[in-house]
Amino acid sequence: MTQSNIGEALAPPEGLQGIVADWSSDQRAFKNVPWGKAMMWVFLLSDTFIFACFLLSYMTVRMSTTVPWPNPSEIFALSFGGEPIPLILIAIMTFILISSSGTMAMAVRSGYQRDRVNTTLLILVTAAFGASFVGMQAFEWTKLIVEEGVRPWSNPFGAPQFGAIFFMITGFHGFHVSVGVIFLLITARKVWIGEYDEGTPGFFTSRKGSYGTVEVMGLYWHFVDLVWVFIFAFFYLW
Amino acid sequence: MSDAKAHAEGQQHPIGIYLKIWFLLFVLSTFSYLVDYYHVEGYLRWSLILIFMILKAGLIISVFMHMMWERLALVYAILVPPLLVMVFVFLMTFQADYVFFTREMFFATGS
Repeated sequence: MTQSNIGEALAPPEGLQGIVADWSSDQRAFKNVPWGKAMMWVFLLSDTFIFACFLLSYMTVRMSTTVPWPNPSEIFALSFGGEPIPLILIAIMTFILISSSGTMAMAVRSGYQRDRVNTTLLILVTAAFGASFVGMQAFEWTKLIVEEGVRPWSNPFGAPQFGAIFFMITGFHGFHVSVGVIFLLITARKVWIGEYDEGTPGFFTSRKGSYGTVEVMGLYWHFVDLVWVFIFAFFYLW
Repeated sequence: MSDAKAHAEGQQHPIGIYLKIWFLLFVLSTFSYLVDYYHVEGYLRWSLILIFMILKAGLIISVFMHMMWERLALVYAILVPPLLVMVFVFLMTFQADYVFFTREMFFATGS
């Protein structure tokens, strides 16, 4: 161990030793991570288990059915005047959600630079992407329910469980996106009126406001994008 | 020095890395879409889907969610538990196979 000057804090060890040191320090385990960020990560972990259970039930149902599973590639095809393009709506939704993640990452960055105007704008762009995603999902649901007659207990394409799985998984994800958009708008307003510059306490936690909140909001938003990556792979492409 | 570092505000990284990851995510999504577009089938399809999915998830978690810059205590606390879901997947594969088997039996006898 290197010798340190009196009064100067030792740099925390890295690697596996760092894990042991952090967890056994009789202090908070997550160093250099604000309270809100650690709690958001724990929440996202629990949300991971919820979505994992949904995808698992989907796997179980699809493996155990003796009826052919409907082909998402054809069901979610759209035609723009000509031949229907397979899965194009879902592809567009994927690109929109990825773009919203990109703008959110840049919003977090501008937040830490205390660039109030750019942070607000980038969060608003993210919210707009998110709202358009929900809009396209509403369009997709309407098309399936009204035109194709898909129900949670039956559908014209094949295995009846398709509807239940589809509505449950995309519905729960869409709900997450909708909640995200609402909180993005709240965060944008807080940034715009300067609450994070002045350290105004939040209405719920009454802790001093800071731009760290934008990063915590970003974590939630990236998680929504992350879940979509798995839904896109397992439900739409598989 | 270390004190100042500890109090430095949050995660600050050059904008270039976010744009690069954004671009990579676009490319990977296009690839996974093309897997469906060109009707790649069988094990090649499933492995390509999984590879692109894992790469995308990894990029989002490590860069957008800043995981690669966090201390290992947090990284392991968050990333190891989801791996246990694999045990659940393993169990449910057996369950699904069994249900499929009983259904085949039931439909074969037709009673």
